[in-house]
Amino acid sequence: MQISGAQMVIEALIAEGVDTVFGYPGGAIMNVYDEIYKQDKFHHILTRHEQAAVHAAEGYAKASGKVGVAMITSGPGFTNAVTGLADAYMDSIPLVVISGQVPMSLIGTDAFQEIDAVGISRSCTKHNYLVTTAADLPRILKEAFYIASSGRPGPVHVDIPKDVTAQIAEFDYSKPVDIETYKPNTKGNTRQIKKAMEAIASARRPLFYLGGGVVSSNAAYDVRELVKRTGIPAVETFMARGTLRYDDPHLISMLGMHGSYAANMAMSETDLVIALGARFDDRVTGKLSEFAKNAEVIHVDIDPASISKLVNAHYPIVGDVKNVVLEMIEMSSIVNPERYEGWRETISNFDELHPLTFHEDSERIKPQWVIKRIGELLGDDANISTDVGQHQMWSAQFYPFTRPRQWVSSGGLGTMGFGFPAALGVKVAAPEKVSINVTGDGSILMNIQELMTAVEKKLPVINVILNNNFLGMVRQWQTLFYDKRHSETDLSMQPDFVKVAEAFGGIGYRVTTKDEFDAALKDAVAKNVVAIIDVVVDRLENVMPMVPAGGSLFNMMLLEKKEKK
Amino acid sequence: MEISERRVISVIVVNEASVLSRITDLFSARGYNITSLTVAPIPDSKYSRLTIVTSGSVRVVEQITKQLHKLIPVYKVYEHADLVEKEMALVKFPITENLSDISALCGAYNGKIVNVGNGVIITMVADEPRRVDHYLDAIKRYNPKEIVRSGAVALER
Ligand SMILES: Cc1cc2nc3c(=O)[nH]c(=O)nc-3n(C[C@H](O)[C@H](O)[C@H](O)COP(=O)(O)OP(=O)(O)OC[C@H]3O[C@@H](n4cnc5c(N)ncnc54)[C@H](O)[C@@H]3O)c2cc1C
Ligand SMILES: Cc1ncc(C[n+]2csc(CCOP(=O)(O)OP(=O)(O)O)c2C)c(N)n1
Ligand SMILES: [Mg+2]
Repeated sequence: MQISGAQMVIEALIAEGVDTVFGYPGGAIMNVYDEIYKQDKFHHILTRHEQAAVHAAEGYAKASGKVGVAMITSGPGFTNAVTGLADAYMDSIPLVVISGQVPMSLIGTDAFQEIDAVGISRSCTKHNYLVTTAADLPRILKEAFYIASSGRPGPVHVDIPKDVTAQIAEFDYSKPVDIETYKPNTKGNTRQIKKAMEAIASARRPLFYLGGGVVSSNAAYDVRELVKRTGIPAVETFMARGTLRYDDPHLISMLGMHGSYAANMAMSETDLVIALGARFDDRVTGKLSEFAKNAEVIHVDIDPASISKLVNAHYPIVGDVKNVVLEMIEMSSIVNPERYEGWRETISNFDELHPLTFHEDSERIKPQWVIKRIGELLGDDANISTDVGQHQMWSAQFYPFTRPRQWVSSGGLGTMGFGFPAALGVKVAAPEKVSINVTGDGSILMNIQELMTAVEKKLPVINVILNNNFLGMVRQWQTLFYDKRHSETDLSMQPDFVKVAEAFGGIGYRVTTKDEFDAALKDAVAKNVVAIIDVVVDRLENVMPMVPAGGSLFNMMLLEKKEKK
Repeated sequence: MEISERRVISVIVVNEASVLSRITDLFSARGYNITSLTVAPIPDSKYSRLTIVTSGSVRVVEQITKQLHKLIPVYKVYEHADLVEKEMALVKFPITENLSDISALCGAYNGKIVNVGNGVIITMVADEPRRVDHYLDAIKRYNPKEIVRSGAVALER
C-alpha cells in the first residue's frame, strides 16, 4: 500500500503491538502527530518534558518487558531526551525513540531547530538511524524494534526528516528482519554449560551472582528453580532485585557498595562465582584485584563484550540466561545441595554478625523505616520506582521484593528525575498494582512537572519523599570523606510539597510521625489519586554498610553498634 | 603490568553513511588509540574493509574487537597474527637533490619516482610499515618537502 512516511510510523507502531506512546510534539514531527490524531489504536501520553517521556517509556518497558516508545521533535526536543537515551543505554532497556528532524534539504544548514541528532545519540544508543527516504522507513522501523528487544536490549533512535514523513512510498511490513551483520547468539554452548555444571558440582563455596540480565530475559522463575535444586546461596545486584523472593532462604541480599556485609563477605570467600546476566560493575566489585580473589568464574551473558571485560571468566557462556538456565536445570541432578551446608552456615554467621538493619528512633522517622513500612502495608501489591540518592539505596536494601519487574530504578546512569516519570510508565504497564515512587527532596524537583501528566491521564502514582533537607547521598560523602564540609548540599529551602501537589490537582500529605505515615499511605491508596507524601525523616542518617569507593568488598564501613544504656 | 603491543585489526562493515564515525567514536569514547586507519570498498559487494592499526594489551585488544563486533553494521572483525602488511608513502623532493640516489633508495623499497614537476619530484614507495619507517629515515638528508603515509593495509597469510 502507498502511504506517507507519517502514516508508516503509525502503521509500524500498530504492527508492533504498541499500546502507548509517550511524547511531546513540535514542528519537525507534526506530520506524525497529525496521524496520531487520526488513529485510535494506541494511546499517546503527553508528558510535560521530553526527558520525562523517555523515562516513562523506560518505566513502561521495565515493568512490561515490552519495547517502550517515545516520540519527540527535533533540536531542543531531542536534546531534552538525550538523558533518557543514555539512561536506557546504561541499563539495557529496550526503547524505540522517534525524533523529527529538519527537512533533508535543510540538513547541514544550521536550520531552525536543527541539531545533529544521530551524531549525539550514537554514543548512547544501541543503534540509530537517520532516515533519508520514506521507502526505507518500514525496514528501519522494523529493524529498530528488533534490535531494541533482541540480544542485549537497548535504546534505538530513529531520526526522521520532516519531508520524509510527507513522502509517499510503498509500505510492506511483512518482510522478516534480516540483518546480515547482527545475529545475536542466544543458545549457550551445551558442552560449555556442562563443564560449568561440573565445576559447580565440585566447588565447595559456590555463589550465584544474579544481575539485571536475569530480569530482562524473563528467567527469574527459572533461576528460582535452579537455586532451589542446587541449594547454592545467591547475591543480587541492584538491578536484579526481585529475582529471588526476599524471604527465599538462599537469598543473602544485594552485594556491592551498599550491599549487606554477608553478601559481600560471601563474594569475598566464594570459590566459584556463577554470574548470570551481571556485568561486574564497579559499584559491585569494589577494588577489582581483591574481588572474589580465590574464585573461578562462570559468566553467562548475551553480550560477548561483557564477558572477561573486567573479571576473567574461566567458563564463558554466551547466550540468553533463560536458555542457559533451563539447560542447567536439566543437568542439576549432578549437584548435591547438601554439599554446601557448611557454606550456607558460614554465610548465616556473617549475617548474624552484621545484619542489614538500622537503629530505630522513637522520636524521628528513620528513612529505612518508611521503606519497610511500605513493604508491610503494600508488599507484593506495589511496584517500586525510585529516584537517585540515599532513598534509592534504602529502597533497594529494605523493600521486601517478591517478583521480577517490581523494581524500577536508574542504576547505571543514576539519573535524578528518573523516578516519577518512570513510575507513570510502570502504572500504564501494570495498572492493577500500586505504583510508588520513592524519591528525595532533591530528585523530585527534577521532573515535578509530571504531576500534570499524572493528574490529566489519571495515573495515580504515589510519590513518597524521604525528606532530609539534603542532597543526602552527596552530603553523606561530604560527611565521611570531606570532613563534613557540606558544600551546596543543604536543601533547607523547600517548597510546600502539599501545596505543589494540590496546585496540579493531586493530593498532598506532610508526615512527621509513623501514625501519620500509615494514615497518609492508606488514604492515598484508597483514594487512588496522584499523591505526594512528604515524610520528614532523620536528616543525618547515612546509608550503611558501605564500601568506600575503590575499597575492597570485605572492608566495609559498618553500622555503628548502638551503645547500651 | 600488561604489555602494550602494536596490533592490526581488519573490520568488514556495511557501506553506509555513518559507519566510519561509529567506529572512530568507539575508539575515542573508550580511550583507545588509533595509529592508522584505511578504508576502501570491497569490490562487487556492499561491504568496505577497514584496516586499523592500534596498540594495547591483549585484554584491551580483545575488548576492542568485541566492541567493534557489537556495532550493528560490522560484519566481521579479524585481529591479525600472521599477515602481509603494506603501506605506501609519497614524498616530495626538490629537483635539485641527487635524483639518482633518491631513485635507487626508492627502488630498494618497492618504489620509484612517479612525478616530475616544476622544481619538485614526487616518489612513491610501498612496503611493510616498519620498512617505510626506515626509508623515511634514510631520505632525511635529501631535504624532503612533504611526506604522506597511507596507513597500513593487511591480509592474513
Ligand atoms: C548511588 C548508586 C549506588 C549504587 N550502589 C550499588 C550497589 O551497592 N550494588 C549494586 O549491585 N549496584 C549498585 N548500583 C547500581 C550499579 O551502578 C549498576 O547499575 C548495577 O550494579 C549493574 O547491575 P548488573 O550487573 O545486574 O547489570 P545490568 O546493568 O542490569 O546489565 C545486565 C547484564 O546482563 C546482560 N544481559 C541482558 N540481557 C540478557 C539476557 N537475555 N541473557 C543474558 N545476559 C543478558 C547484559 O549484557 C549485561 O551484561 C548503584 C547505583 C547508584 C546510582
Ligand atoms: C541529574 C543528576 N545530577 C546530580 C546527581 C548527583 N547526585 C547523586 S545523589 C544526589 C542527591 C539526591 O538528593 P535527594 O534526591 O534529596 O536524595 P537523598 O540522597 O537525599 O535521599 C545527587 C545530587 C545525579 N545522580 N543526577
Ligand atoms: Mg534528600
